[in-house]
Amino acid sequence: MSLPASLLQLQDVSFSLNNRTLLAPVSFELNPGEFTLLTGPSGCGKSTLLKIIAALQNQTAGTILFKGQDIKQLKPEKYRQQVSYCFQTPALFGQTVRDNLALPYQIRGKKIDETKVKQWLERVNLPADILDKNAQALSGGEKQRVSLLRNLQFLPDVLLLDEITSALDEENKQNVNQIIASLVEEQQLAVLWVSHDSNEIRHAKNVITLQHHTTGSAEHEPA
Amino acid sequence: MNQHNITNESLALALILVVVALLVSKKEKLGLEKDIIWSIARAIVQLVVVGYVLKYIFDLDNGWLTVSMVLFICLNAALNAKKRSRNIDNGFTISFIAITLSTALTLVVLISSRAIEFLPMQVIPISGMIAGNAMVAVGLCYSNLNQRFMDNQQKILEMLSLGASTKLASGSLIRDSIRAAMIPTVDAAKTVGLVSLPGMMSGMIFAGIDPVKAIKYQIMVTFMLLGTASVSTIIAGYLAYRRFYNERAQLRVMK
Repeated sequence: MSLPASLLQLQDVSFSLNNRTLLAPVSFELNPGEFTLLTGPSGCGKSTLLKIIAALQNQTAGTILFKGQDIKQLKPEKYRQQVSYCFQTPALFGQTVRDNLALPYQIRGKKIDETKVKQWLERVNLPADILDKNAQALSGGEKQRVSLLRNLQFLPDVLLLDEITSALDEENKQNVNQIIASLVEEQQLAVLWVSHDSNEIRHAKNVITLQHHTTGSAEHEPA
Repeated sequence: MNQHNITNESLALALILVVVALLVSKKEKLGLEKDIIWSIARAIVQLVVVGYVLKYIFDLDNGWLTVSMVLFICLNAALNAKKRSRNIDNGFTISFIAITLSTALTLVVLISSRAIEFLPMQVIPISGMIAGNAMVAVGLCYSNLNQRFMDNQQKILEMLSLGASTKLASGSLIRDSIRAAMIPTVDAAKTVGLVSLPGMMSGMIFAGIDPVKAIKYQIMVTFMLLGTASVSTIIAGYLAYRRFYNERAQLRVMK
């Protein structure tokens, strides 16, 4: 009997541009209910790797399998709803916060669920009246939380987080940590989190350390 | 009717105006002398050739030749609009489809409403006006799309990352680009008669036609320019936005 396929599996995925290696070959897998931390020095390709996994750009070599299928064979829109990427410095779109939180519903042809949205806002310490605020007038920390909530309106299978707490104060950082940790545990979410924060490292089951391109490899170890 | 015929001598004397432009360019060190001479030479040659070609086509009065001439106008308009396409590959094909369809639609409405007749001396000049306006509108639409896609890459990426289709992620950019491309036509319609007496109306008044009759034609021209600008930019905008993405719905690298 063959083993069930991993949720997400990377096989020697690398990225080069103009003969310059920006991401050395990396292989690992993500499974439901696993919190994996991605770390490494600046410029080693962490954000590039997340964008490649989110199918926002193509790898130069290697394969990514989602539930056993090469992601190049999958419809990008459907895949990105299941493997969702949250940016480090989000540029909120539209006029208001509501426009941002309504988009995940619009994508699925649904009307925004105000009750659910307000519950989420409360969970991340944002007031309900922020919904009608100008999205561009928010602070960096508020933008990061609104951005995260966009990804959480419909829970994906895999959540890719790119230093999403870098603009948060300590209290909000711990709160977001707790939320993500509980989603991993209770909803069996698979999380790949780029972070240098020791608290976030504490939650991780696995730690993947990307090396600079010259060494050409990645270390993968349990936390 | 008091018709005025311009003589070759008076035309040659009117060249003084070009000399004035050359002197201004030289004195102010604008560096436009070569461009002015080249553009004037081109304009004279092109217009002389077109004058004789139109005379031949008007005398022949052949339907197929008229249609061919309209297509030729659309082809040239598309080649010119393509110059602004930059990040939009297939710019020529998209421009040709947008300009030809909008021109054809406008001509069909004008002919079937009997505003004009299917005669080369009516269809061809009108086509030139329509296609010319569509060319400018499509070119502006491309410039706006290029600029907006360049400025909003991060926002587009964020929408894509949530699973939005390329159409949804580009929706507001397409609408803004179409709107911006139509503004000159809409503004021109608002001020027609107040700021400018447009070409067709001026031409007819100059040729001795009653101004009240001339304005009817100008009103028709205003209608057709608005219709053409909107149809051509909508077609061009919705065909062109796809060229900013690859087959995996990823943003292409922009120039």
